[in-house]
Amino acid sequence: MADSPIAVQGTSHQVHNPALLHHFAQPEQQRNAASLGMWWFLATEVMFFGGLFCSYLVYRLLYYPEFAACAKTLDWRLGATNTAVLICSSLTVVLAVWAASMARRTLLVVCLIATIILGFVFLGIKGKEYHDKFVEHHVPGPTFSFEKVPIPGHPGEYANPQRAQIYFALYFIMTGLHAIHMIIGIGIFTYLLIMAWKSRYTPKYYTPIEIGGLYWHFVDIIWIYLFPLLYLIDLHK
Amino acid sequence: MSTVKAQVTERTNYLNADYGVRSWLLTTDHKRIALLYLISITFFFFIGGFYALLIRLELLTPAGDLVQADTYNKLFTMHGMVMVFFFLIPSIPAVLGNFLIPMMIGAKDLAFPRINLLSWYLYIIGGALMCHCMLTGGADTGWTFYVPFSAITNTKFVEAGLAIFVAGFSSILTGLNFVVTVHRMRAPGMTWSRLPLFVWAHYATSIIQLLGTPVIAITILLVAAERTLHLGIFDPKLGGDPLLFQHLFWFYSHPAVYIMILPAMGVISEVIACYARKRIFGYSFVAFSSIAIAVFGFLVWAHHMFVAGISLYSALVFSMLSYAVAVPSAVKVFNWTATLYKGSIHYDAPMLYAFGFIGLFTVGGLTGLFLAALGIDVHVTDTYFVVAHFHYIMVGGAVMGYLGGMHFWWPKISGKLYPEGWAKLAALIVFVGFNLTFFPQFILGYLGMPRRYWDYSHMPEFQVLNVASTAGATILGIGYLLPMVYFLWSLRYGDPAPDNPWNAAGLEWKTASPPPTFNFDSDPVVTWEAYNYDEIDAPHIQEAPVGR
Amino acid sequence: MAGHATSLKTYFTIWIALLIFTGLTVFAARIDLGVYNAAVALTIASVKATLVALFFMHIRGTSERLTKLVVVSALFFLFLLLGLSMSDYLTRAWH
Repeated sequence: MADSPIAVQGTSHQVHNPALLHHFAQPEQQRNAASLGMWWFLATEVMFFGGLFCSYLVYRLLYYPEFAACAKTLDWRLGATNTAVLICSSLTVVLAVWAASMARRTLLVVCLIATIILGFVFLGIKGKEYHDKFVEHHVPGPTFSFEKVPIPGHPGEYANPQRAQIYFALYFIMTGLHAIHMIIGIGIFTYLLIMAWKSRYTPKYYTPIEIGGLYWHFVDIIWIYLFPLLYLIDLHK
Repeated sequence: MSTVKAQVTERTNYLNADYGVRSWLLTTDHKRIALLYLISITFFFFIGGFYALLIRLELLTPAGDLVQADTYNKLFTMHGMVMVFFFLIPSIPAVLGNFLIPMMIGAKDLAFPRINLLSWYLYIIGGALMCHCMLTGGADTGWTFYVPFSAITNTKFVEAGLAIFVAGFSSILTGLNFVVTVHRMRAPGMTWSRLPLFVWAHYATSIIQLLGTPVIAITILLVAAERTLHLGIFDPKLGGDPLLFQHLFWFYSHPAVYIMILPAMGVISEVIACYARKRIFGYSFVAFSSIAIAVFGFLVWAHHMFVAGISLYSALVFSMLSYAVAVPSAVKVFNWTATLYKGSIHYDAPMLYAFGFIGLFTVGGLTGLFLAALGIDVHVTDTYFVVAHFHYIMVGGAVMGYLGGMHFWWPKISGKLYPEGWAKLAALIVFVGFNLTFFPQFILGYLGMPRRYWDYSHMPEFQVLNVASTAGATILGIGYLLPMVYFLWSLRYGDPAPDNPWNAAGLEWKTASPPPTFNFDSDPVVTWEAYNYDEIDAPHIQEAPVGR
Repeated sequence: MAGHATSLKTYFTIWIALLIFTGLTVFAARIDLGVYNAAVALTIASVKATLVALFFMHIRGTSERLTKLVVVSALFFLFLLLGLSMSDYLTRAWH
């Protein structure tokens, strides 16, 4: 140990794997590093949205009647449809991962295309909702107007427009950041589609599909929480 | 000896492997990226220092005679923002951590070399935005940019906020890289119980960076939205709650203190073990206290808000939790002290910095307990007592650790030895200058001098202590310039460094100085425990060869 | 984690379950459960999120405990943020 503190370990790998980067010893190490990296990245995303969920919680506790009145002005049918769209896209993503692991290239390409289409459907519906809010002057800012909107379950009482503006500010920031994540996701899946089209992925190497899928599922999970929090407040009243 | 020298200089290493601007700006080598960071953070350190100099000059006399009140607000704001977000947070992790972690665990590089480069570019973009902010007038919100003021000030807050936002993502990516690297890239035999404590400390730091930084990012976005659209989220006039901002801000910014101090603690553990020639006393306690500090650090944030109007119940809870974080910090100090006991202590420059760190960090930590105590906190909030306290942690702690680490690993980074005499002198000047600057501020604060005042002519009795503080800051400034001068001097005139000039344990010393591009000539296998100084110093291996 | 025919069946089962839960959460929101409306909505959302994480993101079946540790720590720190903030908001004498 004194004279040569560093022992030589094994020999260099004989078969050159083009997907294996120089600083990794084996493909498993590279795959595990990428997967762990994505999981930690998702943990940071949890905290990123966490700040918003915290703000939401505070103001929902303080201004519950206004939150209910504002939620009523959203169309829960569109929200529910979008939830279903995202759930279907999560299915196509997980099928894509399966197809890649089974070397089913056609199925892989079809699933990736389906995912991208479903992503656009989601954004289209979201765009329609944004458009409606814009027309109704429910977008926070100088043009915001929320006069004489009744509080559900309290006949004769009207929502305080300032407090309503806080709800809509949170609504647009939360759904807007979610939509930005969707757009990034569509970008990632377009890249994956091009690579899959070029047959870059094999059952031995499909890490990008796996970690891209993790990201997509995470964005889906965020929406799974946003839907009841933003749309389904006092719907029964 | 001359043959050894020749051998050292002829070897191909990461510095002479490739030349040209492209080979630096597009490098994915963690060592080169560390040097890019070193240059960038040094630049911002001197900008921040320049602001500090102006602040101290203004406070030399009680009257507000050097600058206007508005200018003074900008001076301490930009001093804080530059020093916290562009020097302290990246300092040890992005320079020493980047350079050393792969080598310490026996890896060829970090897990994601391109993301590492991306993180430097994000830092540079953030830094450019910060420079733009400073050149076009600067912000005057204080580094804490509390609402509602930050939402209405007509100074350049948006640029500053955006700069911090972008630099935050740089910090997240560095943390992500470190965590994955420590999990996935360790050499065979490098078990968790053999990891250097420097790596443990950086692992804990990275967890804070990953889980805390996103919250400040979203907070900045909310303030920016509030500023432009007047949403009311943080504006009490529009039904918002400004305390929510403080909760979100301190959820990151209190743990951020541990982003600055934990890596310094890692450096100190390495240095003390080496210059006491002993295994760190209670290795696993020191290792797990890093993790404990990272977790407890998230439980204490509202002690910054005791007088802001949070509920009394909540204040009690946070006061008690704040005491908890002192336990793992004290574990470290006790273990370092116990390591010195019966050690064969060498008073080299890095060790002087380590001694300085222990003393100053202990003072800073104990005064932190004063501030965690509800009753005393009400008395000294927003006085110079707080300023002195966090400078003892951030400057006395983090910067001492950074300088100690820079000296300790300079031969490895540059392949040259620094002049030991000058280094000892600089360490002494820094220690004396630091205490002369900041100890009077404890007294000033306790006597009631508020922070962020540019004019104290109605309380002229505070001038004596302020003059002492300004004098100390001048000495401290010289103490900081000196290492930069002799480090640069050593690049050209310094003696070539052997692979292991300190006869230290750790994998980074078992490769060349400076190391080759992929760190090791052959993949290392670890068969020894961490800090095996008893084996290193055993007589039969005293004559460890330098040139292999 | 190589796929089998059974995993395909699992994926479709989970997909159907997620759609059913979406319908269920809308249904539950339209009947008056008093203070429990929010609790029911969040519980259903958490069940759905758990299903996605366990089966689509393959937390179930991964040999690694580390992945679970990352998930648990992210949730832990999220609850710290929410919980300790609430320790202030829920106990204020004013407002």
